[in-house]
Amino acid sequence: MKARLATVWFGGCSGCHMSFLDLDEFLLDLVDLVEIVYSPVVDMKDYPENVDVCLIEGAICNEDNLELLHKIRQRTKVLVAFGDCAVTANVPAMRNQLGPGNTESVLQRAYIANAQDNPCLPQADGIVPPLLKRVMPVHEVVYVEHFLPGCPPPAAHIKALVTQMLSGVEPKLEGKQIKFG
Amino acid sequence: MAAKTLSIDGKPITAEEGATVLQAAQEAGIKIPTLCHLDGIYDVGACRLCLVEVAGVPKLLPACTTKVAEGMEVKTTSERLRKYRRMTLELLFAERNHVCSSCVANGHCELQTLGYSLGMDHVRYDYLFPKWAVDTTHRLFGMDHNRCILCTRCVRVCWHIEGAGTKNVSGRGTKSHIITDLNQPWGESDSCTQCGKCVQACPTGALFHKGSTVGEMERDRGKLEFIVTAREKQQWIAAD
Ligand code: SF4
Ligand code: SF4
Ligand code: SF4
Ligand code: FES
Repeated sequence: MKARLATVWFGGCSGCHMSFLDLDEFLLDLVDLVEIVYSPVVDMKDYPENVDVCLIEGAICNEDNLELLHKIRQRTKVLVAFGDCAVTANVPAMRNQLGPGNTESVLQRAYIANAQDNPCLPQADGIVPPLLKRVMPVHEVVYVEHFLPGCPPPAAHIKALVTQMLSGVEPKLEGKQIKFG
Repeated sequence: MAAKTLSIDGKPITAEEGATVLQAAQEAGIKIPTLCHLDGIYDVGACRLCLVEVAGVPKLLPACTTKVAEGMEVKTTSERLRKYRRMTLELLFAERNHVCSSCVANGHCELQTLGYSLGMDHVRYDYLFPKWAVDTTHRLFGMDHNRCILCTRCVRVCWHIEGAGTKNVSGRGTKSHIITDLNQPWGESDSCTQCGKCVQACPTGALFHKGSTVGEMERDRGKLEFIVTAREKQQWIAAD
């Protein structure tokens, strides 16, 4: 039976997913081995049950991220923190340095101070999720089985980890396969 | 000077009296990870990366400040040492803001390299996300406190190789930080000779040449070695 693979995009730039697409012809081998059941690149609204592996791009920045992450943890066997934003919280967490009032000050800066036309804060209850007071790496919220750092992780490292997982060996990146930034 | 005989990782070794365990290991071709040590300047044992096990001593000892002794049995690798070294590194990462993807030293950083060699694929401790400034008031150099690991290499080269005494450490605990002169902007320092030795000595992205962008800050430690050799041996030989 094919393994059920999901990928999810939280607070990140999509660069990790772009790097995933850089797997090039290995993607063709991959479709023989896995079924992609949830991802920004497939049309699936809700996160399904019984997922084997989920690659998580991005830091946990808002209420929606938080809620979906808990659902993913419940429904998935193996979580991989995929890229520096997921592993360290990276650039999205730079607002944490501004202290307790950071959510207000970054919104003010982006949508009011720097706005050229029509300065206003994005507000739509139930549609625009509120920002969390503290941006977190994924493993600060839920248990994470494997870590794949890099900004973005090079395709070769993604291939190494995915191949190890699919062949049933305990995945382990070593030496040159670990890289931040 | 009298010679001492000891063993490092089971290998019998002779070293000069007064030599450190680190020097003895280096001479025997045994590599011990270091971070605050820099060839040519005196050691302070600040980073604890070079911890080793010595038979009969319950606590771990820093190789860079522990002197060799007759009959000493030293172990430089073990599960226990790996555990503590990785823990130390993770705490260094958690204490300041290390955003490698936007750092001048990315790809040329001793902290990163050590992390990789110890298999550090994530940091288990909660990040502190402190607020630290970047001082760009100096004409040639910049100081980013977010990347500083307080190894004090910059302080030691500034005092003991350049003799300027511009750089210092101020504060305690997580508030400790590197200052210039009487805690004033670097650009307003009267004592700084603008020699750049601190920038060459820094293991991380904390000190940099102005104008360097992500990943551009590479160091040339050869320049420091050249001066130290010239002073200690009266030999003016350029490092290769
Ligand atoms: S100093 Fe080194 S570890 Fe810290 S952010 Fe820069 S490259 Fe990364
Ligand atoms: S440039 Fe030279 S004198 Fe100035 S702080 Fe650095 S080491 Fe000291
Ligand atoms: S500025 Fe660089 S050399 Fe100085 S203490 Fe910080 S990390 Fe070490
Ligand atoms: S190198 Fe020995 S304590 Fe830093």
